[in-house]
Amino acid sequence: MDAIILQILNGLDKGSAYALIALGLTLIFGTLGVVNFAHGALFMIGAFCAVTLSRILTLSHTVIDETQKDFLGNPLKVDVPYIYDIFGQATGDAIIDWAVPISILFAIPVMVGIGFAMERGLIKHFYKRPHADQILVTFGLAIVLQEIIKYFYGANPIPTPAPDAFRGSFDFGAMLGFDPNTIIYPYWRLVYFAFAAVIIGAVFAFLQFTTFGMVVRAGMADRETVGLLGINIDKRFTIMFGIAAAVAGLAGVMYTPINSPNYHMGMDFLVLSFVVVVVGGMGSLSGAVLAGFLLGILESFASMAIVLETLPGINQIIIYLVAIIILLTRPRGLMGRKGVMEE
Amino acid sequence: MSNSKLTRRGLIRTGAVAGAAGLALPTYLRADGHAGFLNAPQGDTVTLGFNVPQSGPYADEGADELRAYELAVEHLNGGGDGGMMNTFTSKALQGNGILGKKVEYVTGDTQTKSDAARASAKSMIEKDGAIMITGGSSSGVAVAVQALCQEAGVIFMAGLTHSNDTTGKDKRANGFRHFFNSYMSGAALAPVLANAYGTDRKAYHLTADYNWGYTTEEAVKTSTEAMGWETVAAVKTPLTQTDFSSYIAPVLQSGADTLVLNHYGGNMVNSLTNAVQFGLRDKQVNGKDFQIIVPLYSRLMAKGAGANVKGIFGSTNWHWSLQDEGSKAFVQSFGTKYGFPPSQAAHTCYVQALLYADAVERAGSFNPCAVVEALEGFEFDGMGNGKTLYRADDHQCFKDVLVVKGKENPASEFDLLEIVEVTPVEQVTYAPDHPQFAGGSLGTCNPGA
Repeated sequence: MDAIILQILNGLDKGSAYALIALGLTLIFGTLGVVNFAHGALFMIGAFCAVTLSRILTLSHTVIDETQKDFLGNPLKVDVPYIYDIFGQATGDAIIDWAVPISILFAIPVMVGIGFAMERGLIKHFYKRPHADQILVTFGLAIVLQEIIKYFYGANPIPTPAPDAFRGSFDFGAMLGFDPNTIIYPYWRLVYFAFAAVIIGAVFAFLQFTTFGMVVRAGMADRETVGLLGINIDKRFTIMFGIAAAVAGLAGVMYTPINSPNYHMGMDFLVLSFVVVVVGGMGSLSGAVLAGFLLGILESFASMAIVLETLPGINQIIIYLVAIIILLTRPRGLMGRKGVMEE
Repeated sequence: MSNSKLTRRGLIRTGAVAGAAGLALPTYLRADGHAGFLNAPQGDTVTLGFNVPQSGPYADEGADELRAYELAVEHLNGGGDGGMMNTFTSKALQGNGILGKKVEYVTGDTQTKSDAARASAKSMIEKDGAIMITGGSSSGVAVAVQALCQEAGVIFMAGLTHSNDTTGKDKRANGFRHFFNSYMSGAALAPVLANAYGTDRKAYHLTADYNWGYTTEEAVKTSTEAMGWETVAAVKTPLTQTDFSSYIAPVLQSGADTLVLNHYGGNMVNSLTNAVQFGLRDKQVNGKDFQIIVPLYSRLMAKGAGANVKGIFGSTNWHWSLQDEGSKAFVQSFGTKYGFPPSQAAHTCYVQALLYADAVERAGSFNPCAVVEALEGFEFDGMGNGKTLYRADDHQCFKDVLVVKGKENPASEFDLLEIVEVTPVEQVTYAPDHPQFAGGSLGTCNPGA
């Protein structure tokens, strides 16, 4: 029982990342009709917003420490962050420690800006082209973006830890009456899950309860009619692209303490996120979220030692296997709408 | 008396057919008739091929390898301060190139993919006339390129490759490995672990699902079980895995008190980070503090894991903080040129380049078979690992192995590991027919002729 609870927790956490990325993908597909293979790259760029802000906060000047030697035997050059000079060491350390949460504020305008630039500069030219062209151009863009990141940040993962307050893990087992240490879960992963829930809720609320959201939903259902009513739906869809980019970026920012970011992390999530979108149903926002959590949980269960002993290799194929079964039984996915990508 | 019926027309026809056939053959199947081996250096230069990951996940490690090779070329040609050439016990190298020929080089990008690595090595051999191929940061790549060099008839001086198979079942006469291997890691680590954590431990292995992972798991399991440890479970993890939470979460439930991460590169960074996040190191199981072990450490990779490496044991081929004359000379030379200390990948590549050049000088020929003969059974010192033997039976270097631990209070971004023990070579030496290296044979050297 404890093992099942543990894997459900793991699945919720993995599913959070899948759901956030798939939500953005679906927003873009539902509004602009574009299959955006560069969406994983937006997740990665979001993560590197956290890395960049960490580096900005730790920008330093060098002080020579005559009492210590470097690896060549010369006096050691010690880096002292400018932030110490401004706020003092204690406050400076606290700000640096909280770099990841602070990065959210930094990432939102950056990601919205990148989203606008991507949509206006490249993707809008491919609206009327076949999906294959869109996939090729966005996939190419993803490769360009990750190579740019690799050029500036290198190929190795860059550690970007969570604030000290969120390090360590919470003993769920003890709380639920199980033996200690049977169900432990890192604090930051709980934060990530809660953060994902808030973002998903906010996006749904925005679309459901605002005039802007109502127009966008109307545009998603019938773009032509909304246009005929004199509403500039293209402008709103561009804004939605920016919002989708920001959602992916925020998912990336908050993911950095879970796994040290590297230039390739977007690609690692991209294929799975597309499977999530297809399983959830093309164009269905709630389907994307549901499928994200479902596949995350299934993937966690498939990684259990007892399952692997019975079905070796199942951990590598479970998501695709489930995708095949769902698409065979429900060709439009879990919550797919009629007419989407069926022409 | 011969009764030759050769006519002028017949001679021309025969010559044309032979010429066409010669052109159609891959370059490496055509021997240089004058020298009797492939890519014999013409003129006053010799070309070496540096096949390193310049893109992909190990690009940073590849960049460090390339820096080391460039430094080695500079030293071989008489530039710089000479580095380890000054401390190397063989004095055949004079700083005038190799056999008086100036050393030039071409580079290839392995991308850490076997097929791409073979293609780039083939191109350097066929198009650029490289007489020796060296480098790489993966066992899969090393095994693939080694086989190619054997077929082609050039020497392969492996870079960073740790799988037993490189000099085990996949060994080749034209291939040589200076880097240590999985068996040596297990043999060096086990006594240190037993000393630090006791002989009554329950270990849980997470193993990268590919060749290197299997040999490392087997080596560490065998060595630790021989010390009295019990292996509770060994779970394979996909090489493409990034989030290891679902593999790490069940560890505590298994009753294990030790986690062995048979992971390298990004896998290691992520699995270790996840394990620390789950608070495993803060737990007590079976009345003991929970411990994590990383059998193969790399400073470049450890940097990616940040503070998570603190206090965690592992093994490494070499470390810049060693205080022998060879290491000091290399660190001085590399650090002065590039501004930071070299990695173990840079060290092994630099040493391999010098060892090849030295073997050619001692053999008096670039002929691969002469080089093989010069390297087999070659004993040397002054290259950073103490007395070292290139064993003739399998072309594996036997030398001391370093057991290291993540440093608690690093003084700089390079100061991540501290040396816990220099395990003497005798403790990590094994018989050529040891079960972990069973199968395969060197075969005979191929000069490409």
